[in-house]
Amino acid sequence: MTIHPVILWTDALIFALLAAVLVLVWLIRRQEHLRAPWRVVAQRPMAMGAALVLGVFVSIGLLDSLHYRAQLPDSPADAPQYSVEVLSVFDALVDGLRARQEKTYSAPLAMQLYAKEFVQRDGVTVRDSSRLQHGGAHLAQADARLPDITRRALAGAAQGALASLLVFAGLAVWQARRMQTSPGAWLAAWRGGRLDWPARTVVLMVATMLMLGGVMMQLAAGYHVFGTDKVGQDVLYISLKSIRTGLVIGTLTTLVTLPLAIGFGIAAGYFRGWVDDVIQYVYTVLNSIPGVLLIAAAVLIVQVYIESNPDIFDTAAARADIRLLALCLIMGVTSWTGLARLLRGESLKLRTLDYVEAARAFGVSNARIISRHIFPNVFHLVLIAIVLDFSGLVLAEAVLSYIGVGVDPAMYSWGNMINGARLELAREPVVWWQLGAAFAFMFTLVLAANLFADGVRDAFDPRLGGRR
Amino acid sequence: MLAYILRRLLYAIPILIGVNLLTFTLFFVVNTPDDIARLQLGAKHVTPEAIERWKVEHGYDKPLMLNAAAAGSAQFTDTIFFKHSAAMFVFEFGKGDDGRNIGNEIRTRMGPSLAIALPVFVIGLLVNITFALLMVFFRATYLDLWGVVLCVVLMSISGLFYIIAGQYFIAKLWNLLPISGFAGGIDGIRFILLPVLVGVVAGIGSGSRWYRTIFLEEIGKDYVRTARAKGLGEVRVLFRHVLKNGMIPILTGAVVVLPLLFMGSLITESFFGIPGLGSYTIDAIQAQDFAVVRAMVFLGSFLYIVGLILTDISYSWVDPRVRLQ
Amino acid sequence: MVRIGEILLRAWLLGLGMSLMAGCSDSWNNPYPGSEANANVLYSAFSERPKHLDPARSYSSNEVEFTGQIYEPPLQYHFLKRPYTLIPLTAEAVPKPQYVDAAGHALPDDAPAASIAESVYEISIRPDVRYQPHPAFARDAAGRLRYHALDAAAVAGITGIHDFAHTGTRELVAADYVYQIKRLANPRLSSPIFGLMSEHIVGLKALGEALEKSARDNPDAELKLDDFPLVGAEVVDRHTYRIRIKGKYPQFTYWLAMPFFAPVPWEAEVFYAQAGMADRNLTLDWQPVGTGPYYLAENDPNRRMVLKKNPHFHGETYPADGDAEDRQAGLLADAGKTLPFVEEAVYSLEKETIPYWSKFLQGYYDSSGISSDSFDQAVQFSSGGDPQLTDSMREQDIHLITAVAASLWYVGFNMLDPVVGGLSEDRQKLRQALSIAFDYDEFISIFLNGRGIPAQGPIPPGLFGYVEGVAGLNPYVYEARDGVIQRRSIETARKLLGEAGYPNGRDAKTGAPLVLYFDTMASGPDAKSRLDWMKKQLDKLNVQLVVRGTDYNRFQDKIRKGNAQLFEWGWNADYPDPENFLFLLYGPHKKVGSGGENAANYDNPEFNRLFERMKDMDNGPERQQVIDAMLEIVRRDAPWIFAYYPKSFGLRHGWVHNVKPNLMANNTLKYRRIDPGLREARRDEWNRPVLWPIVLLLAALVAVIAPAVIAWRRHERKTA
Repeated sequence: MTIHPVILWTDALIFALLAAVLVLVWLIRRQEHLRAPWRVVAQRPMAMGAALVLGVFVSIGLLDSLHYRAQLPDSPADAPQYSVEVLSVFDALVDGLRARQEKTYSAPLAMQLYAKEFVQRDGVTVRDSSRLQHGGAHLAQADARLPDITRRALAGAAQGALASLLVFAGLAVWQARRMQTSPGAWLAAWRGGRLDWPARTVVLMVATMLMLGGVMMQLAAGYHVFGTDKVGQDVLYISLKSIRTGLVIGTLTTLVTLPLAIGFGIAAGYFRGWVDDVIQYVYTVLNSIPGVLLIAAAVLIVQVYIESNPDIFDTAAARADIRLLALCLIMGVTSWTGLARLLRGESLKLRTLDYVEAARAFGVSNARIISRHIFPNVFHLVLIAIVLDFSGLVLAEAVLSYIGVGVDPAMYSWGNMINGARLELAREPVVWWQLGAAFAFMFTLVLAANLFADGVRDAFDPRLGGRR
Repeated sequence: MLAYILRRLLYAIPILIGVNLLTFTLFFVVNTPDDIARLQLGAKHVTPEAIERWKVEHGYDKPLMLNAAAAGSAQFTDTIFFKHSAAMFVFEFGKGDDGRNIGNEIRTRMGPSLAIALPVFVIGLLVNITFALLMVFFRATYLDLWGVVLCVVLMSISGLFYIIAGQYFIAKLWNLLPISGFAGGIDGIRFILLPVLVGVVAGIGSGSRWYRTIFLEEIGKDYVRTARAKGLGEVRVLFRHVLKNGMIPILTGAVVVLPLLFMGSLITESFFGIPGLGSYTIDAIQAQDFAVVRAMVFLGSFLYIVGLILTDISYSWVDPRVRLQ
Repeated sequence: MVRIGEILLRAWLLGLGMSLMAGCSDSWNNPYPGSEANANVLYSAFSERPKHLDPARSYSSNEVEFTGQIYEPPLQYHFLKRPYTLIPLTAEAVPKPQYVDAAGHALPDDAPAASIAESVYEISIRPDVRYQPHPAFARDAAGRLRYHALDAAAVAGITGIHDFAHTGTRELVAADYVYQIKRLANPRLSSPIFGLMSEHIVGLKALGEALEKSARDNPDAELKLDDFPLVGAEVVDRHTYRIRIKGKYPQFTYWLAMPFFAPVPWEAEVFYAQAGMADRNLTLDWQPVGTGPYYLAENDPNRRMVLKKNPHFHGETYPADGDAEDRQAGLLADAGKTLPFVEEAVYSLEKETIPYWSKFLQGYYDSSGISSDSFDQAVQFSSGGDPQLTDSMREQDIHLITAVAASLWYVGFNMLDPVVGGLSEDRQKLRQALSIAFDYDEFISIFLNGRGIPAQGPIPPGLFGYVEGVAGLNPYVYEARDGVIQRRSIETARKLLGEAGYPNGRDAKTGAPLVLYFDTMASGPDAKSRLDWMKKQLDKLNVQLVVRGTDYNRFQDKIRKGNAQLFEWGWNADYPDPENFLFLLYGPHKKVGSGGENAANYDNPEFNRLFERMKDMDNGPERQQVIDAMLEIVRRDAPWIFAYYPKSFGLRHGWVHNVKPNLMANNTLKYRRIDPGLREARRDEWNRPVLWPIVLLLAALVAVIAPAVIAWRRHERKTA
């Protein structure tokens, strides 16, 4: 079966961003003074643990950004026909989760539908909850469920523990060889916390995640771990698919913000005069309009654009994607002002420093001064802003979707999940798992991002970091 | 001082014009006057003539920005943009597309908005400063460490969850407070408590962590060491020096948001049924009522500029070295 | 600064104390502070604030909820009788039209429609009907209208209608009805039915044009409607007026039961037209003046609307002629008693579902519509399929009221579309296949929790022309198996799809997959689920569906231009006559080109011919025959997927009496009776505060803070 790769706008940007990050990493590794603060970050257990969690989320997000359209099963070989449904590599990996749909709500790990409905039984219509098509379908009797779940959970945990032991052994051998000691000596150093990186936290974290993953995989094979939603989709699947949306909003928005903030901020501070006046005018105007209104307007504009160009957006995924991109763009446009102000102030200070004045006296071009002297000295501010903004943006998406100006209603996102939960909470018995899952995933991502951001800030801003 | 304020207010005019122009452009890129008319007239039995009539009645029958048919300055003044924007600079907001007087609406809705926003702001400030001081006082102990972790955890929860949990547990399960609604006067207290509680709790994480940083910065300064060296007790040092000097950045930072408190909170007001300006804005966005949206944007930007001016004034007030010019 | 800290601490303690005190009155969560629970007041909610309360403008059901109680058109629907029956309200009798030919000669009632030039309705209204107390009627000692020449100074201190010290009333006269009919043509009001009525009422169109011209010439002057004659509506004497309708239009009597034809006193318009009134929201659009059983006492659409009993109400008694079922349901217990029962009705704004539902369960709303998601707790089905309340709700003495609404949801095919449109046989089959695939039986159970009936055609139950049971099924989508109506199998749909030229969802010629586009105004919390569901349906046929969610304006625009392919749409009946549904498929009413209500742009000449015949016929076997023929055409052509007729379910508490769903009548508040004593007792019982969480919270706080305080003490002692 052949596939037809689809590159959505956000996919392209995400991979461009990834490439940029890799180039940056390569540059930083070569320069000792740039590496130093990162080494400080790497020594913080909290930051490293958070980074690992972030890594898992990012991997899922990246896998979910490789899109394609599958070939229709019986299409002729010479002129292949493709489905209009856009899937991702991640979808293919968890195909079981995607395909195992029930009729409607079912509770986490349940084997019956949540609500009672008409069932024809021996020719009589009775109202009862019927068995799920997939969740717990392998069980013959209802009372076999709990033992089965326990068995699966234990098996999953054991597999996870085994895997982490293997990883740990590999790590010990590799590290010992690198440090030219015996694995036993390395282990002793590890146990005593005498290594120059928080190896204990990292190993513990990896083990926890592997075990959690093992349990999930075991359970998800036979049940809906987080239940199913109104149309019977697996909530675990929805939550996992929402990761990409959260990441895209958190990162691409920054991608829009950066050039604006850096360009305008430094220009205003460095050139002063009318340039400063114009830039200040622009950002006061933008800042003083309530952001929600700008976002609502932008989302509507995109809708009009989509409607007037239906040929470009021939799949539902493309339509949702362009709206997501527009949301990132407009959020970027509304949020660059804070960083720009900060950079302007810093540049104002920097331009009066002796070596900058001297460079100017020697007739060095402005562009060179900015790129050589100003930018490197404000870079840490930019970095701190990026990591700090990320979590705020992920949270903002939920609120915007609630108001109805967020991502496309057909898109998987935590905001849409919470939005749907408004009705579910007014049900009795309460359908809580969709809200719960959205909460758990969002909380994990944002908490990890916040902890990591803390580490980065402390390392890069000596004014704040060196104290305690 | 007065001259300074006047001049700053004059500077505000080009900003407000810019804001207006931007809102106007954004809105009419997506909505034609026909769309607005159709939205107001409903879905049933709408004829093209009815739409024309509605546009004439509500002043949407003119060209958007430039009236080529008119002569002289009327080219600019006989347009939808001018007719709908000029009056706002004297705070005449006119009527919404639904026919209600916007100025009247803003006046009656300001109270409820403030009734929520002001207590959240003041109590939030108090609670956050208390927590921050506690953490600073017990710095480098388990209390500080877990305090910071707790702050980060609280920060990582979406505001929506606080609201949903508050309503579900406090109002629905435990019958402690009304789940939504509003009333004026002393009766209103019971309605305000829940949204205020939720608002304060939702803000504790980021607020206390930020104030803690400020106080820590202050505590590292030389004069504090001197004070301590003189034998002053830790509590004295904290209250007399650290709190006093730390309050300067906190208060001046807070001034800029003070005027914006009038605008209310978009989400909280919708959830708790508070008839304030926040829910007004949301309704207007959802109903695409351009007249109201424009008025709220204008009001919001005006209050923001007032906030900026107040910030400058408060800086010069607390720090005599800063001179207003 | 220490001082400031102390002050802040004190303020905090004070706030805490006040909050506790506020909590110490009756039920802590009572959303009506200071109100008497045992007063004869009905509590209800509205979820969207009304836009217009002017009877010439208000059209949506949430507005009619108020205007229906305040304004009195000449006719009303009988509260209990089914099928819906018109009875006089302020009129002496239901008017019978007098047909006349082009020469003005009277024609017999059974004259052929073609010979009828005009129908004349002469309506006599009852004497001694009086308006609610209102300042517009207030007269001073000399008998002059007191508030009709106010200057700016007099209006300055006014914030609401209650600031006028004096009120008055006046007897209702026929001229008030004529005045309102003229108002329909007033261009400044943009009445939604002006376009429709100008085709029926003689001279209304000309009046509209004259008024528009006058408004253009004098943009600032008020339009004096009395100066403009309207031939189609004339006052005969003080209590009689006459309406002339072009040709035969039997549905017109139904319009006479809607607030559009309620009386409006000229005094009110003059009163509100004075300078400064509109700036204070004092307009007829916000402060109605009517003769009904209630008047609007408090108008704060942002928070609550309060209706109070009109002291001048002309009096009406509770109907005594119900059937045995009504008697059994206790609906005849109050027969003959004077209306209205409830002194006051308080409507609170409630936008979110969660608070609305919770407050109903806590007893703070007397009745509630139930959204589908609250349904599982509320209702369960008995073995016979009848909905019943769950045990917990029956324990609370909550009662369920159900009725099928006179509305229809459908999925329209744009008949101008090259893929799904057209009347050829293969296109018919394609649409029939899709009609089978969209399993609306499942939709009803998932999204509506059974609150709907799968539709068999364009006419909902309760209207003439609807056929109950197997005899009325849509044979192209359903079949009868053992007397039970069942959706045809998906195999049938696949076969039809193949015959239409798309075997297995692929174009038989090119092999390209069939891709369809579905336009919908997706909004609201479960939009995503609905869109997912749509896609799932066509997956069954291997047809690819692209769902395009869009906003209201864009959607309307697409429909108007005919750019949509499949779209979702609904219709609420204006009046209980099949014409009001079948006209949605009438060719000359096409959306594209003529701007009518036929959104599918369906145009079948045979159907059009039958429609023209059917619309003027009186109900009877002959009309049924024509309708059956029309249904057959429309089911075969399948320009719509007939989705479902929504059912409306309502819940009421045990203390609310005389509730019978009446989907046509909008003035049912006057029949409602409540038992406030019972309500007070129940509310107390259901709302006892649960205190342990507070205690637990305090204990937790102490547990966290105590070690810190101890540590601090130790620290102090060390340094001291």
